[in-house]
Amino acid sequence: MSSTIVSLPDQSTARIPKVNYLTKENGLLSWLLTGDHKRIAILYLISITFFFFIGGALAGLIRLELLTPQADLMATDTYNKVFTMHGVIMIFFFLVPSVPATLGNFLIPLMIGAKDLALPKINLLSWYLYLAGGTLALYTMMTGGVDTGWTFTTPLSTHYLNTNVLTTGLAVFIAGFSSIFTGLNFIVTIHKMRCPGMTWFRLPLFVWAHYAASILMVLGTPVLAIAIVLVALERTIGIGVFDPTKGGDPLLFQHLFWFYSHPAVYIMILPGMGVISETISTFSRKRVFGYTAVAFSSVAIAVFGFFVWAHHMFIMGISNYAMLVFSLLTMLVAVPSAIKIFNWTFTLYKGSITFETPMLYSFGFMGLFTIGGLTGVFLGTSGTDIHLTETYFIVAHFHFVMVGGMLMAFLAGIHFWWPKMTGRMYPEKISQLAAVVTFIGFNFTFFPQFILGTLGMPRRYAAYPPEFQILNVFSTAGASILGVGYLLPVIYLVWSLKYGEIAGSNPWQATGLEWQIQSPPLTENFVVTPIMDHEAYDYDWLEKKKEKEVVTSVG
Amino acid sequence: MSDSPAIVHEADHHEHPAYLRHHFESVEQQADTTNFAMWLFLLTEVMFFGGLFTAYLIYRNWYYQAFVAGSHQLSILWGTLNTGVLISSSFTMAMGVWCAETRRRQGLVLSLVITFVLGLVFLGIKSIEYSEKIEKHHVPGFHYSLQSFLDPDSDEAAKAAGDKPLPLDVARHTEVYFSLYFAMTGMHALHMIIGIAILGYMIFRAQAGAYTTGHVTFVENFGLYWHFVDIIWIFLFPLLYLISRHA
Amino acid sequence: MSEHKEPEHQDEHEHHIVSPMVYLTIVVILLIGTGLTVGASYLELGIFNPIVALAIAVIKATLVVLFFMHVKYSTKLTKLTVGAGIFTFITLVSMTLADYISRAWGKW
Repeated sequence: MSSTIVSLPDQSTARIPKVNYLTKENGLLSWLLTGDHKRIAILYLISITFFFFIGGALAGLIRLELLTPQADLMATDTYNKVFTMHGVIMIFFFLVPSVPATLGNFLIPLMIGAKDLALPKINLLSWYLYLAGGTLALYTMMTGGVDTGWTFTTPLSTHYLNTNVLTTGLAVFIAGFSSIFTGLNFIVTIHKMRCPGMTWFRLPLFVWAHYAASILMVLGTPVLAIAIVLVALERTIGIGVFDPTKGGDPLLFQHLFWFYSHPAVYIMILPGMGVISETISTFSRKRVFGYTAVAFSSVAIAVFGFFVWAHHMFIMGISNYAMLVFSLLTMLVAVPSAIKIFNWTFTLYKGSITFETPMLYSFGFMGLFTIGGLTGVFLGTSGTDIHLTETYFIVAHFHFVMVGGMLMAFLAGIHFWWPKMTGRMYPEKISQLAAVVTFIGFNFTFFPQFILGTLGMPRRYAAYPPEFQILNVFSTAGASILGVGYLLPVIYLVWSLKYGEIAGSNPWQATGLEWQIQSPPLTENFVVTPIMDHEAYDYDWLEKKKEKEVVTSVG
Repeated sequence: MSDSPAIVHEADHHEHPAYLRHHFESVEQQADTTNFAMWLFLLTEVMFFGGLFTAYLIYRNWYYQAFVAGSHQLSILWGTLNTGVLISSSFTMAMGVWCAETRRRQGLVLSLVITFVLGLVFLGIKSIEYSEKIEKHHVPGFHYSLQSFLDPDSDEAAKAAGDKPLPLDVARHTEVYFSLYFAMTGMHALHMIIGIAILGYMIFRAQAGAYTTGHVTFVENFGLYWHFVDIIWIFLFPLLYLISRHA
Repeated sequence: MSEHKEPEHQDEHEHHIVSPMVYLTIVVILLIGTGLTVGASYLELGIFNPIVALAIAVIKATLVVLFFMHVKYSTKLTKLTVGAGIFTFITLVSMTLADYISRAWGKW
């Protein structure tokens, strides 16, 4: 595969533009008090990478414990704390902000032709709230952790534990506001700050995906907030809303919790799907098939996502009627996701496909997300869910969609837009290797868990029957490969900051406004307000433009 | 039909007031955008209180008798008065926005001050009500007392409402009622406190003329917040105080 | 086409200023409504007590939203936003209640 669409400027004469958002101002305060969405995106990128590796280390501990059937590496209480913190950190401090806060922040103003997000100060506040929540989460870990599971199920979390439920709850509450403000900012920006000619249906699908995810962030997260507040009140003054001895219903917490947490999974995946739309199109040199369908399916996922939450509660004591309703609605919500997969596949058909790193990750996404999504249908069917829930089948399902899906999409996006953010290319060969290693490691880690689940191994258990050991060993071996796959990008991406090839403004020959300006961009993004006069993914327009060779970089 | 998005055209600065942020093209866009942002924020508040209303709806239907007994412990007088106070403060806030729009500086300051005072009156009445509850041991938790419900004659509010003694298990559910009462009115009061604090800041700025030179968005958007807090109370009042006042 | 992006709608805040008479009318209606709802709670209306109380509250809230919060004079986007909030709130309430109502049919 030596064909590639990469088109770099002549390396002997190319230079990073002298004036760009990174060099415009110097000093710590210019970063800590910035309003520039691109700087905030970089700040977020560093923070979430940090939390990712903490969550990853916790995952490593889990897999190490599960090498043997006995709970011998750590006490079962400690194991509970480890998987709880793994979940809390990975979900609230990595997955939820991953693409939106880094790539979304960086790219949305660029993609719509704006100078910044609508509310730059709120954007900075989001980051500080994220840090505050993250710091609290770390503090919780250092002062004994919490062992409720990331789901804080009552009455365990309200009445039966002495661990740091309150501090963790507060950390998540604060991080929730970070998420709300990011989503609010995106919705306002996308509605009000599009450049002339940028109609809704000329927006890149990345923007549509973030719009849908933002709706979920704004409408769903507050319900999580009130659920946490009620748990806190229950724990402190014993108000009794979740306490059966006082007439409360513990299941009410779960209703409120999952009302957010189900849309939360769409908050996590939709931005990743937005990335995939961009990469699939660029590396097939073809407009996304069925643009309107993909755009509307993003919004459909957001809307339907609000109607299915109790499929997380099938065995918890909801009524049979509710089981029926929620199970049926869950079947409905799978449809828009499937529509996207079909549309991406048709985009590939008869396209000029090349296999640069972002595309490798995108292929990984398509395969693994499909598997994860299909297993979601098994779980949405209440009859099978009764047997599969609370087993490793669930663990495998959500890791397939979140790690095999979302994390791969995140890495695809990071690699795809790395040249735009830094002005430099990452090294192609080692990055392709890392993508393949990740894919292999991922499958070794999580596929055995589907089997373990159907065989009956329960989740959240430090000890298990010995007949499950061999699959667990497989899984742990895979996890070590996966770890290597994730470490490599950190190393070579940092390396590329100094030694990577100069990328120029459009190394991928992609459409999209962000590729028509210099890399790295100016602080104000555009020297003059762009006027959008072509459809999204218009490769003909790009051809005509190259013939005219308008130079747009400064310095 | 142009081929390149980077057409050079003159950026005409027809007006560039100091308060126009540089990422906005015009004052209208900025005002429009911040207004929309405030509405979105209010949506989050709707969902936040929504969780509490959901809990209320469920438990009121499960424990209707206990909720009736609990609500008889609240004073109709104070509740109605507070509702009137808050509605009036919404009126004065709306008048404040009008004054800002029509550049009446003194009118704006007066409206904001009256709104501020009415807000404080609301909180004052609330604290009277809360202290009554505390005295009677109707705060959920360790010191919760069932006496008013097991023996209504010993309690003047229950006696006045003509309550019958409740069986023990029903009486215990009054604690759920009060949990929701304190959670909902407490959350509402917290939002009032924040609003009053911002009002205080606004009064100073209004006095300095910051909002009567054409830049009214801060007052307008705060007005939206204030009206929203009023709306929450419009629902809390009948749900908590007026469950059943007939014999 | 060398103009700045125009807002996609008429900006109403500068151009439509709601008159104090409207505000006065509304506040009087709201206060009357308050009196009505207190009075209604003293009547024995059976199942209609909560319905009447909620209906009056909804009407009051609607008046505040439309007039004090200017939604009547606002853009379609603002109206859509308000609608979205109400819709999501109703989804939360009704679908949660769907579980609770159906748990013990007839005992609700």
